[in-house]
Amino acid sequence: MNQTSNTGGMRARGAALARHPLFLPLLALVALLLLNRAFNPHFFQIVNQDGHWFGSLIDILNRASPLALVALGMTPVIATRGVDVSVGAVVAISAATAAVLIGGQMHIVNGVETYASNVPMSVAILAALGVGLLCGLWNGTLVAWVGMQPIIATLILMVAGRGIAQLLTAGQIVTIYYQPYFYLGAGYLFGLPFAVYLVAAVLGLLWWLMKHTALGLFITAIGINPVASGFAGIKARTITLCVYAFCGLSAGLAGLLISSNVKSADGNNAGLLMELDAILAVTLGGTSLGGGHFSLIGTLIGALIIQTLTYTTYSIGVPPEANLVVKAIVVFVVCVTQSDVVKKLVIRERMTLEGGR
Amino acid sequence: MASPNRMHQISAGPTYIQLESKMMQKSKRNVLAALMIAAGVVLCSAGAQAADKLVLGFAQVGAESEWRTANTESVKSSAKEAGVELKFSDAQQKQENQIKAIRSYIAQKVDVIAFSPVVESGWEPVLREAKAAKIPVILTDRAVKVSDDSLYTSFIGSDFLEEGRRGGRWLADHYKGVTGPIAIAELQGTVGSAPAIDRHNGLIEVIKSDDRFKIIASQSGDFTRAGGKQVMEAFLKSHAKEINVVYAHNDDMAIGAIQAIEEAGLKPGKDIIVVSFDATKGGFQAMMAGKMNVSVECSPLLGPQLMETAKLVAAGKPVPKRIVTKETVYPMETAAAAFPSRKY
Repeated sequence: MNQTSNTGGMRARGAALARHPLFLPLLALVALLLLNRAFNPHFFQIVNQDGHWFGSLIDILNRASPLALVALGMTPVIATRGVDVSVGAVVAISAATAAVLIGGQMHIVNGVETYASNVPMSVAILAALGVGLLCGLWNGTLVAWVGMQPIIATLILMVAGRGIAQLLTAGQIVTIYYQPYFYLGAGYLFGLPFAVYLVAAVLGLLWWLMKHTALGLFITAIGINPVASGFAGIKARTITLCVYAFCGLSAGLAGLLISSNVKSADGNNAGLLMELDAILAVTLGGTSLGGGHFSLIGTLIGALIIQTLTYTTYSIGVPPEANLVVKAIVVFVVCVTQSDVVKKLVIRERMTLEGGR
Repeated sequence: MASPNRMHQISAGPTYIQLESKMMQKSKRNVLAALMIAAGVVLCSAGAQAADKLVLGFAQVGAESEWRTANTESVKSSAKEAGVELKFSDAQQKQENQIKAIRSYIAQKVDVIAFSPVVESGWEPVLREAKAAKIPVILTDRAVKVSDDSLYTSFIGSDFLEEGRRGGRWLADHYKGVTGPIAIAELQGTVGSAPAIDRHNGLIEVIKSDDRFKIIASQSGDFTRAGGKQVMEAFLKSHAKEINVVYAHNDDMAIGAIQAIEEAGLKPGKDIIVVSFDATKGGFQAMMAGKMNVSVECSPLLGPQLMETAKLVAAGKPVPKRIVTKETVYPMETAAAAFPSRKY
């Protein structure tokens, strides 16, 4: 008697776990990681090398950082029923700004390579972040005050932004030679990539703002019904503006990481199609594009899924021609299993099974 | 209410015709004036050929690498030197943009169209449009696959297959007398592009008869540094300590791969041999630092040859169907000596 109630309780707990919104994204991530493990026995191996951790998982964390930053910035935007398709272009602008300002020349003096930056690094970093913030404010103003639809408002900067980035770099790939700058995207702190701490900081800040202030409530209220939230006394315009500004700022930060990691800025390719990856990361994490509900952790898992997927296609030897198809199939499967229709089907199936017993 | 409207429409008829004829007269006068001015210019410049400047529409792939930037620079500067009016467009590595640009050149009735096709296939319709408009097309740097060779006039550029063979031969030479196996990781260029296909095939051609060499991993890094680095990071983990050689289809990907190799605690150029293509400045710097073993040159400086050919084509003179650019191989030992004279 006692035993049956125990297993019943466990089953109920298991069912509750399976119904948790983060269950499916996590399952997808774990499945991908195990798939990698099946092809490469050293996949989970992490060794300490030159004082920092080194391994596939660290690579994935490091590589996913820029996308995670952009997607975290995008999450509140989507929660207000908006979207920002300009983030890829903002990444390119910020990377270009930093690269042009830092630039640096390589002088070979007596066979020794020495490097100098054009302006102090702190100025360049602040300028790049400032440019990102400015882009976000521009988007926010168009959406909140001019009243344009978010996708159209941000489309302007998506198209124009890459042009601005190319103007900044004069259409060239600007190589950065200033060593200290490389720490941002390729350096290590306490054995982990520095970029990971940046993501953790942004996540922590957002988490605190959403859970310990009323901001999270306000944002979801705007997403559920912007007009009603206004009647309820929420300053919808100001909050919307801030949400877009933050999105621009985090895209700017991602631009810094990317340019620092490959030691150059490429106006054409930096952050190309990143807006779509970011939206995908947010949706994979269970945030609805309809607004009114969001999950920061879900977004982080979404970004990790996308990066793991990319990594998988490289390491298990998917032919380059088939890469995008493989990605599309995985994304399709994850999205479909998360859809309400499929969830209802699964629940009905389970109920008939349990009813029949 | 209806009748005045109709009246107006009826009366409008002749007015339009009058307007049209007036405009025609005006445009005739304009043409005459232009002809007179042109004649004057020809007379004044005493036979200088500047009167009818050759207009060349050039549809560039993009600015994906240092190589491409040097190529753009060469085309622009040699157009200026040759007195050719250049209409330049950047397709940002998208075929649809390139087709759009070529269509706009056809609409603008330029004298000659030149372009570097981003991929090999899918050019037939737009090339037919150019042929129908009687505008000769010159391909630069990359070839196209078409059923009818008369769709383009000439192809100026490197022989990528030969470049691939050169890379392969350098490897065979480097590993002379060494017993295998020698594991090669290949970083391919943009999927479907001519250099990616031919540099791969050129390597295969050389190493297929030598069973010491084996390509253990091959993936596209899209000709970019970020791509090369990311792919190499994954290779280094999935084929830990197996890779002997990185065969990168261009210098930018090789530079990305070198960063990944260094971050893995290995020495590029020693622990892992780096074979690359293009011989750009970045590549030379890597070679001088001892991190890249060889770069097979692929010269982007084909601007002067392009202008020369464009002028011949526009003048209706015959040109060779295939013009190969002059190129060589730079092993790292020769890098320092050759570096000062490098233009890209």
